[in-house]
Amino acid sequence: MAMSQINHKTTEKNSTDIGSAVSVQNISKNYGDVEALRDMSLEFPRGQLTSLLGPSGCGKTTLLKIIAGLLEPTSGHVEVNGINVSGPGPDRAFVFQDFALLPWATVLKNVAFGLQMRGVAASEREAIAERYIKSVGLAGFENSYPHELSGGMRQRVGLARALSVDADVLLMDEPFSAVDEQTRRKFQEDLLSLVRDENKTFIFVTHSIEEAVYVSDQIAILLPRPSRVSEIIRPSSFRNKGVDNIRRDSEYLDIVDNIWSSLRTYVE
Amino acid sequence: MYIFGYRLPGMSSLVVWGFLWEMIGRADVTFFVPPLSEVFTTLYSIIGTVAFKNALAETAYAFSLGVFFAVTIGVIIGILMGKNRLLDELLLPWVNVFLSAPLTALVPVLMVLFGFGMKSIIITTSLFAVWIIILNSRAGVKQINRSLVEMANSFGASPIDAFFKIYFWAALPEILGGVRIGIIRAVKGVIIGQLLISIVGFGALFELYSANFLMGHFWAVLLVLFGLAFSISEFLAYLERKVAYYAAKR
Repeated sequence: MAMSQINHKTTEKNSTDIGSAVSVQNISKNYGDVEALRDMSLEFPRGQLTSLLGPSGCGKTTLLKIIAGLLEPTSGHVEVNGINVSGPGPDRAFVFQDFALLPWATVLKNVAFGLQMRGVAASEREAIAERYIKSVGLAGFENSYPHELSGGMRQRVGLARALSVDADVLLMDEPFSAVDEQTRRKFQEDLLSLVRDENKTFIFVTHSIEEAVYVSDQIAILLPRPSRVSEIIRPSSFRNKGVDNIRRDSEYLDIVDNIWSSLRTYVE
Repeated sequence: MYIFGYRLPGMSSLVVWGFLWEMIGRADVTFFVPPLSEVFTTLYSIIGTVAFKNALAETAYAFSLGVFFAVTIGVIIGILMGKNRLLDELLLPWVNVFLSAPLTALVPVLMVLFGFGMKSIIITTSLFAVWIIILNSRAGVKQINRSLVEMANSFGASPIDAFFKIYFWAALPEILGGVRIGIIRAVKGVIIGQLLISIVGFGALFELYSANFLMGHFWAVLLVLFGLAFSISEFLAYLERKVAYYAAKR
């Protein structure tokens, strides 16, 4: 209880300092009679990583897809940099859980796909794509096909594709859930440096409590039936202690325990 | 297949059948089956003649145009049907009806509508091939990974981009399968068209040879036709295998 008050205070401080890159206002989404989201409002501070965490069926992916403009909300609206979202736009890029790579295209063509859709000329987009392929550590695999790569490498391709369009907001839908545990830890560390180095806003959907606490500047706990934001947690002390120390930091462990105790009743 | 530890090359069974054919032909069982060797000598003798070359040219012309229209129209309509629920509901019953309809019975109607010339033959060829191409393209689109479509949308792909850069490629293994079967049907279509509409091309040769009981000639032309259809079909099967690596992984 005490912790959530403290967190609430820091939320206010931070959101006035930084401002929101993405603002979700009174979003509801119904599928026929089924209420997926009800009157949900949430702010995503600029340049930070916000996790949407919750049990399955809490609508976190639905919310992410509404922010992406892939789904229409039944009511309410989403603002990105103060502009109302009416569909997908160049200010956002999406990283998919199942990677969503074109199996018939090489790594280079896959990474360049986003730029191609935005009308960038072939030579230019391939130069940009090569740069991002290198930056995610896949240099030398430019002409490989997705089926020749491991799951972790495929998601690096997906990440490079999202980064290459240089969107302000990166939307990640359980991006590491289909890769093995060790790759996943490496990805989490890489994500931290990505958030630090790139001046982008990250919205990260996950069902892993540890992962959310590890990578997030802000964690929004979503609860189902009806879907709502139950709590916003902002870890304050361990972010700058180095990636190796986070998992044994006492605040990290406390937050993980607290989240589990509030979520456990919803896990059937 | 292995026999006594030796690996037999593909289509070895043809040797067995060829031998049997030759035997039956030599045994003079029926005039309908001359020896295979005689068929080949006949083939060799007619293959250079003007009549044969004309027939080949006329048939190839009608066949390639008919297949061209069938593939273009079939792939586009099939993909659109797979994408669009309304269009699918509207057209699917008709596609299924025409797929199983005895199209030969429609040929006289085509003659009334389009005349007795090449146009009707080309349309007949297309009609034989197009339905299975539509159905297969549609099936290819139906099983597309939704993520790919969302991915294209999230990067702002226009409907045209999505059509040519996602749907077409994702459905390509099924499209090629459909085109392969469609082409085999088109061979039937073009010959039936040539027999019924105006007696030209290979259809005319078949008519001529069978009416005069020239069975050696008849089989020779049939072998040529089979060879052509088989080569095209095998070529498409080869293309299919080239894209099969991603068919399971979309």
